Amino acid sequence: MSDPKIEGYQFKPGFSGMAHDTASDQTMFKGVHWGKAMMWIFLLSDTFIFSCFLISYMKGRGSTPVEWPNPSEVFGLHVFGVDVPLLLIAIMTFVLITSSGTMALAVKYGYEKNKKMCGWLILATAIGGLTFVGMQAFEWSKLIHEGVRPWENPFGAPQFGSFFFMITGFHGTHVSIGVIFLFIYAYKTFAGHYDEKKRGWFTSMKGDYVEIEILGLYWHFVDLVWVFIFAFFYLW
Amino acid sequence: MSEDFNNNKIIHAQSSETIGGASGSPDMDYVRPAETGDQDLYHGHSFITKWIFCQDAKVIGVQYFLLATFTGIIGLILSWLMRLQLGFPGLAGFMTAEHYYQFVTMHGMIMVVYFLTALFLGGFGNYLIPLMCGARDMVFPYLNMISFWMFFIAVGVLLASFFVPGGPTGSGWTLYPPQSILEGTPGSGWGILLMCLSLILFVAGFTMGGLNYLITVLQARTRGMTLMRMPLTVWGIFTATVLAMLAFPALLVGSLMMSLDKVLGTSFFMPTILKAGEVLEYGGGSPILFQHLFWFFGHPEVYIVALPAFGIISDLISVHARKNIFGYRMMVWAIVGIGALSFFVWAHHMYVSGMNPWFGFFFATTTLIIAVPTAMKVYNWILTLWRGNIRLNTVMLWCLGFIVTFVNGGITGIFLGNVTVDVPLSDTYFVIAHFHMVMGIAPLMVIMGAVYHWFPLVAGKFLDEKLGKWHFWLTFLGAYSIYFPMHYLGFIGVPRRYFEMYDSPYVTSAVGMNEFISIAAFIVGAAQFILIFNIIKTLKTGKPAGHNPWKACSLEWLTPSVPPEHGNWGDRLPVVHRWAYDYSVPGAKEDFITQTTPPSEVANTEVEKT
Repeated sequence: MSDPKIEGYQFKPGFSGMAHDTASDQTMFKGVHWGKAMMWIFLLSDTFIFSCFLISYMKGRGSTPVEWPNPSEVFGLHVFGVDVPLLLIAIMTFVLITSSGTMALAVKYGYEKNKKMCGWLILATAIGGLTFVGMQAFEWSKLIHEGVRPWENPFGAPQFGSFFFMITGFHGTHVSIGVIFLFIYAYKTFAGHYDEKKRGWFTSMKGDYVEIEILGLYWHFVDLVWVFIFAFFYLW
Repeated sequence: MSEDFNNNKIIHAQSSETIGGASGSPDMDYVRPAETGDQDLYHGHSFITKWIFCQDAKVIGVQYFLLATFTGIIGLILSWLMRLQLGFPGLAGFMTAEHYYQFVTMHGMIMVVYFLTALFLGGFGNYLIPLMCGARDMVFPYLNMISFWMFFIAVGVLLASFFVPGGPTGSGWTLYPPQSILEGTPGSGWGILLMCLSLILFVAGFTMGGLNYLITVLQARTRGMTLMRMPLTVWGIFTATVLAMLAFPALLVGSLMMSLDKVLGTSFFMPTILKAGEVLEYGGGSPILFQHLFWFFGHPEVYIVALPAFGIISDLISVHARKNIFGYRMMVWAIVGIGALSFFVWAHHMYVSGMNPWFGFFFATTTLIIAVPTAMKVYNWILTLWRGNIRLNTVMLWCLGFIVTFVNGGITGIFLGNVTVDVPLSDTYFVIAHFHMVMGIAPLMVIMGAVYHWFPLVAGKFLDEKLGKWHFWLTFLGAYSIYFPMHYLGFIGVPRRYFEMYDSPYVTSAVGMNEFISIAAFIVGAAQFILIFNIIKTLKTGKPAGHNPWKACSLEWLTPSVPPEHGNWGDRLPVVHRWAYDYSVPGAKEDFITQTTPPSEVANTEVEKT
C-alpha cells in the first residue's frame, strides 16, 4: 500500500519513518481511520483474552492426573461405514477460511464503490459464518449425546469437556456476533448507507466503506483464533 | 538524539538557523494544516441526552467521578466497620466473623477497581484527555456513553450482592479458589457469582472507554500537539489504559472460569477436595492457575492506579511551583518503562503459594528493577520543587503529602519484593500498611490535589482554601497515624484478615495500638466529608475563578468558555507551539507561556526546544 497524501507532511521510509510518524503531531498512524485503529487495539486486547484461555488450557491439560482423550477418536465421524478422523473439523475450518476470502473481496469491492458485489459478498461471508456456527452446534450436540459435559467426560479427563465447551463456546460467540454484524452491514450496504454517508442512530459518525474493512479485520481475527484453537484442541 | 545534548536545546529565537525563519516572521509560527476535517458531534437537545445518556466526555467524566465517589464512600464505611471490630472487638453486636470477611472483600474490591480505577481513568481520563490533547471530544462519544452505563450496571450488580441470600462474597479481594466457591466461605453462592459477573461487566465497559482514550491520544490530537508535548497527565492515563487493555483480559478469563466452576461444576481451579471425610465432585484443577491469572491482572492494576497519579502529580507540582517539570522526557520514559515492567512481576504476590525458587529469584529481580524508574520520578518531582517559586496552597500540600507517602510505601515495597524478607512478613499487617500507603493513600492524595486543582475548571469556582487545609492536615496526619503503627504490628507478627486476636501472645502490645488506629481511621474517614461540604458550599457561594486561574500552560485552561462547553473549543481548534511546561522562562513577560503562544510572540526568550 502506498502512503496517503497529507498536505505539509513528508513521509520517510522504514524504521526512521515509523519514528518520524510517532514524533509528529495530530496522528501517529497517518491516514488511518479512527475506527480502524480502534479495531486493531481491541483485537490486541482480545488476543490477550484468547491467550489466557489457551494458556489456561495448556496448564489444565498438563496438571490433571487423568489421561487426556485422543482427539482423533473423539472428534472422528463415522461416514459410509468408515471412521474418518477430524472430518467435520476439516469442513468447518474450510468454510471459515473461505469466508475470510469472501470478506476480503467484499472490502475490495466496497472501496471500489461496487455496492452490489460488496453486499452479496458480505452476505456470503455471513452465510459461511452461520454454517460454521451450525456445524459447531452439531459437534456440540454429538459430544453431549456421547456423554461429554463441562463437568464430566467418559473418554478421560473431565477438564477436556470444560475447556472444550468454554473455549469453542467463547469463539463461537465471537463468530455469532460477527454474523449479526455482517447481516447488518449487508443491509446497510444494499440500502446505500455508505454511499450517502448516512449517520448512525444516536451517533455522529458518518457511514463509510471503511467500516466494512473494520468488520473484516474482526472477521479475519476470529478466523485466526480458530486456527490456534484447531491446532491446540484437534491436533495436539 | 545527539542534538538534544548540544547547546541548541535552548532556542535563542534570534538565531535564524534553528527555526528557519527570521525573528518575528510568520514562518516561524508555521504549523502544518489539519489532516482530517473537524469532528462531527451529537449535540444533546433534551435533559436526557444532555445529562443522562450524554455523549460529552466531560459530562461522562463527571458521571464516572460521582459514581466512583459514591462507591468509594461505601468502601469507606466498610473500612469503618472493620476498624470498629479490630479496635473494639464485640462493640458492634451485629458483627460476626462472616460479616467481617465480607466487608474486607468488598472494601478491597471496591476501592481498587470500582473507586480508584474508575475515578482515574473514567473520571480524569474522560474529562482531561480531550481537553489536554486539544480534541473536541473523545473519538467515539457513543461508545464512551455506553462505557459509563456498563460501569453503572457493574456497580449495581456488585452492590446487589449485599442483598442476595448469603450476602456478598467473603473470600478476600483476591477471590482465591477453592475456598471462594466452597460452602463455609460467606457468600459462596450468589455473592461470588455476582462479584464475577460484575467484574466481567466492568471489564467490558472499561474496554469501550479504554479504546476511546487510546485512539483519542494517538489519532485525534490538535495541530502541533506531538506526543512529546503532551502533559504528563495524559501520558500517565494513556499508559495506564494500555496496561488495562492488556491486563483486564486475565481478570475476565479468571472470573469467567470461576463462575463456570461455581455454576456448571467444572474443575478449572478445583483440585480433589476432602470435606468432612467425603470427596467432593471437583477434581483435577489447579488453584494456582487462578492466582496466576488474578495477579497477571492484579499487578498491572497497581500501576493502572499509580501511573495516572504520577502523571497528574507532575502537572500539579509544575504549575504550583512555577517551574518546568524536571526531566520531562525521562518522566515519559519512566512511565512507559514502569508500565512495561509491570507485566513481569506478578508472581511476587505469590511467594508463599509455593513456586520454584528460581522463579522467586526472577520475580524478585524484576520487582526491584521497577524501583529504578520509580525513584527517577521521585527525584524529578523533588528537583522540580528545588528552587521553584512554590505556592504553598492546598493543591501543593496534597502534592507534598503524596511524595512523602509514596516514598514511604515504596520503601516498604522493597522489603516485600525480596523473597526472604517477604516470607516472614507475608500476610501480616506490614503488607496492609505497605499497599495502603503506596496505592491507597498516595493516589488518594493525588485525587484530592487534582480535585482542588481542576475544580475551578469544572465548576468555575475556587474551593475554599481554609477547609481544604483542614481536610489535608487531618487526612495526612491521620493516615500516618493509621498506617505507621501497622508496620510495627506486622513486625511483631500480627496476621491480617483475622476477625479477632483472642488470647494470642500479641494481644498486650497490639490491643492499644489497634484502638488508636481505629480512632484515627474514624477521624480520617470523617475528614473526607469536609470535601463534600466544601464542594456544596463552593457551588453556592464560592469565589468565581475565571479563565486560567492558576496561570497554567496546558490546553485545558485555554478554552473560550469556563467551564468548557460541548465541543470544547468554540469555532476554532487550538494550535500548539510548545510543551505544557514553559513556566518562569527567562526573558518572558509573564512567568508562564501557554501552549498556544506562537514563537514570534516570545522572541528574545530562552524557551526550551520541544
